[in-house]
Amino acid sequence: MAILLNHVNYIYGAGTAMETAALKDITLQIPDGQFIGLIGHTGSGKSTLVQHLNGLIKPTSGEIYFNGRDIYEDDFDRKELRSKVGLVFQYPEHQLFEVDVFSDVCFGPKNLGLSRKEAELRAYTALKQVGIADEYFYQSPFDLSGGQKRRVAIAGVLAMKPDMLVLDEPTAGLDPKGRDEILDQIAKLREETGMTIVLVSHSMEDVAKYVERIIVMNKGSILYDDEPRAVFAHYKELEEVGLAAPQVTYIMNRLREKGYDVDVDAITVKEAAASILNAVK
Amino acid sequence: MGIIEAKKLVFEYIRRDEEGNVEGITRAVDEVDMDVAQGEFIAILGHNGSGKSTLAKHLNAILYPTEGTVWVDGKNTSEDKNVWDIRQCAGMVFQNPDNQIIGQVVEEDVGFGPENMGIPTKQIWERVEESLKAVGMYEFRKKSPNHLSGGQKQRVSIAGVLAMHPKCIVLDEPTAMLDPNGRKEVIRAVRALNQVEGVTVILITHYMEEVIYADRVFVMDEGKIAMQGTPREIFSQVKMLKALRLDVPQVTLLAYELKKNGLDLPDGILTTDELITALQNMKR
Amino acid sequence: MLRDITLGQYYQTDSVIHRLDPRVKLVSTILYIVSLFLFKNVTGYVIAALFLAVVIKLSKVPFKFMVKGMKAILFLLFLTVVFNLFLTPGEPLVRIWKLTITDKGLQTAVFMAFRLSFLIIGSSVMTLTTTPNHLTDGLEKLMGPLKKIRVPVHEISMMMSIALRFIPILLEETDKIMKAQIARGADFESGNLIKKAKALVPLLVPLFISAFRRANDLAMAMEARCYRGGEHRTKMKPLHYEKRDFAAYAVAISYVVAGTVISRMIPLPF
Repeated sequence: MAILLNHVNYIYGAGTAMETAALKDITLQIPDGQFIGLIGHTGSGKSTLVQHLNGLIKPTSGEIYFNGRDIYEDDFDRKELRSKVGLVFQYPEHQLFEVDVFSDVCFGPKNLGLSRKEAELRAYTALKQVGIADEYFYQSPFDLSGGQKRRVAIAGVLAMKPDMLVLDEPTAGLDPKGRDEILDQIAKLREETGMTIVLVSHSMEDVAKYVERIIVMNKGSILYDDEPRAVFAHYKELEEVGLAAPQVTYIMNRLREKGYDVDVDAITVKEAAASILNAVK
Repeated sequence: MGIIEAKKLVFEYIRRDEEGNVEGITRAVDEVDMDVAQGEFIAILGHNGSGKSTLAKHLNAILYPTEGTVWVDGKNTSEDKNVWDIRQCAGMVFQNPDNQIIGQVVEEDVGFGPENMGIPTKQIWERVEESLKAVGMYEFRKKSPNHLSGGQKQRVSIAGVLAMHPKCIVLDEPTAMLDPNGRKEVIRAVRALNQVEGVTVILITHYMEEVIYADRVFVMDEGKIAMQGTPREIFSQVKMLKALRLDVPQVTLLAYELKKNGLDLPDGILTTDELITALQNMKR
Repeated sequence: MLRDITLGQYYQTDSVIHRLDPRVKLVSTILYIVSLFLFKNVTGYVIAALFLAVVIKLSKVPFKFMVKGMKAILFLLFLTVVFNLFLTPGEPLVRIWKLTITDKGLQTAVFMAFRLSFLIIGSSVMTLTTTPNHLTDGLEKLMGPLKKIRVPVHEISMMMSIALRFIPILLEETDKIMKAQIARGADFESGNLIKKAKALVPLLVPLFISAFRRANDLAMAMEARCYRGGEHRTKMKPLHYEKRDFAAYAVAISYVVAGTVISRMIPLPF
């Protein structure tokens, strides 16, 4: 299972005065089981890119392959693709509509044509996976807290049993507590299921802890695509395109300049602390 | 008395179930005392549901206290006759940039407040111009708000409040829906307002890095003021902040970790520069 | 992108017509439409066409933008022409199967086609040269006297301008929710009418909730900015008539009067 994007271009409003290239020559491979952070600021094309992954947006040129098959081949089942590549939109709680939490999560599996029993089973599993307790199942989704609503919405996508989960800014608008809870939940989910996860974010600090690969987008192109340490090493270039490496990266590099023998690759506060303690002792 | 004063402010609301039966009473703000002097930059921190937004809405007479009193510029917000004076004196900027812009053209939106106040046309234009200039949005005055970025929209909202010539501006999580660039833009505009125009600022946020410029910080939890002091005083209590599930900037956390491991560093380090200087001083 | 939709299709340029007071344009458009029904012969239509041509020329808006508005009603136009063509009694001209085209039918159909086209193009001139905001302002002022009979004129115009501001936002939101539901396997295209209507629930419920939330937020934001209805309110861009506006009124009125008189006096043969 893998997704391959081959020289994908996407142009908004082609042929009009508003014509803009949202994606420029994107070639990208997403192998099975990877945990990827897709970083870029608003308008960098990251949201447009993820909507290509499940066939919601058709590229202006270039091909997208899912498990070796071109998703725009005539007999390719794009409805199935959408269940295999689960896409959680920004502010996903805005798509909740059912009378209770449980029915809402059943919506996806029901659309797949599954039996009621199977759909409910999946909904149950999905709600457990995002850490929603039984007592909320029959409440109106609109009575939940912001963080809970969001988790229910994520469960709605998970219930389709995707091979790959793409989350577009899952922490937007949440407070630090809600943010940490969601991110931890996603990390746990990934640990338990081993599914491919793409985490779209504009904060390096948020994803640094979790992901094994970071793709940085800028103005519709891929700027960097590497493991986090290697990407953060470009912290000066990142700054120029309006993104920031984790604060720790700056501290470690500044210390190195001042002659301390610290590890500039440190990403988390823990790693940094250990390295500094080593250097000053 | 300062520009804003709250005494034993309590706000309760009644929760009802679907049939409209009373389920219980929630105390969103619980005996809060607060005194803000003219020209201060105040930050109010707290996670969602801590009561910080409810408190903010009292400062603009959108909500009225259940118990206790709030005075804005010496006027009691509970008295009906004061409402319009208070709203003019303490302007308010909300979280969602799309849901607070009324005009279809930037300049018309900024003119909305003064129009409501009955300001003569010529003066409205003067106010609109100076307000847009103060937030650096003057060149966008003829644009449609739909074509602006989130940060730009929030700056327009701030200009809209500024045009009413308030003494105080309350910003209720103005950056929560913005990306890092937008957040920086807005905070820069807010600081300029405070320092250049001398407007009292009350910034409600859950981003700690936005707080370091404040004169005083209030941390709210469960409707009460859990901590207050200068940013440095607040940030030196890492343990407490973590217990309240608030974000501590990585530098502060790092300094805290190092100190815990025996390094001789001062409390409440806020910036990268401070940490590096402290480390260097320590070595010598 | 959906946000780029401009309602009322305003065409930005600087012309005499653009600069006219919206009230003048509203009233003149109504007068023009009335004239189309007053003129009953070829002379009248020639005069109407000439008048429209001059106004379009003055407006500096390319003609193709005027025609754009026509596309939407092409079908309606076709239908009207066909009905008039075949269903008007008179001297038969041609007979196709059971349908007869009469001389009267042909005449009415042609007149109708012109009348409708002029009507559409005439109103497009107004919408293309006036911003939606100006139009609402103009309407508010024009309807001012209705306040005396308790028509909430200010409120109506405020609602219209808020709607104009939020329609593009809600359209974009519709697009987003639709995509999100499609990603959850929703199908908005296949099935019969009932199935399609049912499929709209997952779209409409979130959309309504969002619209109400926005309305609530906006109401609070407006109150916080001292909004308390139309009283005591001043205008940033007040409408007042210039000399050119009175001139325009004069032109519009003399067009109707002169057109009516001339078309009666010199009816061109048909």
